[in-house]
Amino acid sequence: IAFAGGADDDKLVLNGEIEMVTKAAAPAHMENVDEIISGWHFRADETQALQMDDFENQGMIFVDQGIETWNAVDGSEGKSCASCHEDAADSMKGVAASYPKWNEEAGELRTMQMQMNDCRTNRMGADAWKYDAGVAINVEAMITSHSRGMPVNVAIDGPVQAAWEQGKELYYTRTGQLELSCASCHEENYGNYIRADHLSQGQINGFPTYRLKNAKLNGVHSRFKGCVRDTRAETYSPGSGEFIALELYVKSRANGLSVEGPSVRN
Amino acid sequence: MRLTAITAALALMAGAANADSTVAPTSVSFDEYGAVEASLTGAPGDAANGKKIMTIRGKGNCIACHEVSALKDSPFHGEVGPMLDGIGEVRTAAELRGIVVNAKMTFPESVMPGFYKTTGFIRPGNGYTGKAAKEEDLTPILTAQEVEDVVAYLLTLTDS
Ligand code: HEC
Ligand code: HEC
Ligand code: HEC
Repeated sequence: IAFAGGADDDKLVLNGEIEMVTKAAAPAHMENVDEIISGWHFRADETQALQMDDFENQGMIFVDQGIETWNAVDGSEGKSCASCHEDAADSMKGVAASYPKWNEEAGELRTMQMQMNDCRTNRMGADAWKYDAGVAINVEAMITSHSRGMPVNVAIDGPVQAAWEQGKELYYTRTGQLELSCASCHEENYGNYIRADHLSQGQINGFPTYRLKNAKLNGVHSRFKGCVRDTRAETYSPGSGEFIALELYVKSRANGLSVEGPSVRN
Repeated sequence: MRLTAITAALALMAGAANADSTVAPTSVSFDEYGAVEASLTGAPGDAANGKKIMTIRGKGNCIACHEVSALKDSPFHGEVGPMLDGIGEVRTAAELRGIVVNAKMTFPESVMPGFYKTTGFIRPGNGYTGKAAKEEDLTPILTAQEVEDVVAYLLTLTDS
């Protein structure tokens, strides 16, 4: 039996260049955890290695597809994302670190996918993309890749405070017939094995994640859905108000860790 | 008329199930420490079947959280709960029954699920489908006899 004894001490350096912050002091708003740790530290060496080099990281194949979508004209206005935002490497640098965030004009908390769909429906005359599905997740991964190495820094006060509180409530609610909350597994038991799975802190600084298990990019809400389902509970849907609030709360628990998406997980 | 007859027959059967002295999940009585003195079925537990339930994912899946040396043939034992080697010497049948039925009566706030419990859940789902379940349709994760079988198996774990 493998007693992992928690996170390992390896260093995550991307492409031999960018040193990632994968452990950091917990932000002041976290009550029961002193140190926040990237999910990367809980994966096997071989899985970790895949994320250290963009040529090995299969998530980068989907990033390339995301670039194609970014440049493709779509909708009644004859525009592509690039028509307005030009090179995402410049215009989207740092964006992923601050999402979900408040949109003043719309008066709502937005995930990055909601913002992308707002651009599509209101600026391009194109249909909204399905939440967490193929094209949307590719573009999200592409945009996120331009923030890698930058610290997650989402706001939790002001207009988003109510949503943040709602997300926190959801994080600590024990759901389903197994009566487990996110905290039961990712706060009380990170570092422990649950059957064959080495429990991490359930951080989302690495999303979208390329999972070896299903060989595709996985969105935050899809992961949440899977974890809630595993408590034998009725899940929420990707894109729902509950998951948007939970995303903000969980992301705020990563404030200070480097953005890693697209990361590689098993 | 026929419908009434069938309903009446069903009611009789339900009565019969009670008469065979199976304790319903909502009628289990715990002592002040969370132990359950009386057998849930009145029938002795089958340790061999209990052993199987300990490792089957859709059933007890106890080794998801507990290490048990005697179950090393089944792969991947978790570390969320304490190792159970020797537990049959430390705990009585009544204590073990209480822990398996609803561990929170013994360990408040425990992450260990209640295996013979059908009420009081938030957003209960239909198994692992992620779809909603009505509380009245919920069945316990283990049947009364399966709980007795697991208890019988735990009592065989006397080497620590
Ligand atoms: C016609 C112009 C236009 C097009 C086309 C367009 N956008 Fe935007 N986009 C904007 C504007 C303007 C903003 C700023 C919106 C705001 O702050 O309310 C924005 C904001 C964003 C942001 C948030 C940036 C930040 O700093 O918060 C993202 C992400 C984004 N767009 C993605 C996309 C994607 C993906 C597409 C294509 C599917 C796209 N946009 C197409 C005009 C456009
Ligand atoms: C029954 C245990 C359990 C519960 C309850 C649970 N998870 Fe998980 N979760 C896991 C396992 C196992 C994994 C895969 C290994 C890992 O990264 O921890 C995982 C992975 C994750 C990941 C991916 C982490 C990464 O780095 O890729 C996130 C995010 C996550 N969980 C969030 C949540 C949230 C939010 C909740 C509550 C809504 C939750 N989990 C509830 C067991 C659980
Ligand atoms: C999700 C995790 C989990 C699962 C699944 C689980 N347990 Fe537990 N169990 C625990 C934890 C944690 C404790 C420690 C009590 C506490 O919470 O303080 C515990 C305690 C116990 C104890 C008491 C140990 C002692 O030292 O007194 C027994 C006996 C036990 N479990 C048996 C089982 C059996 C049998 C099953 C399956 C039918 C099972 N457990 C499934 C987590 C689990």
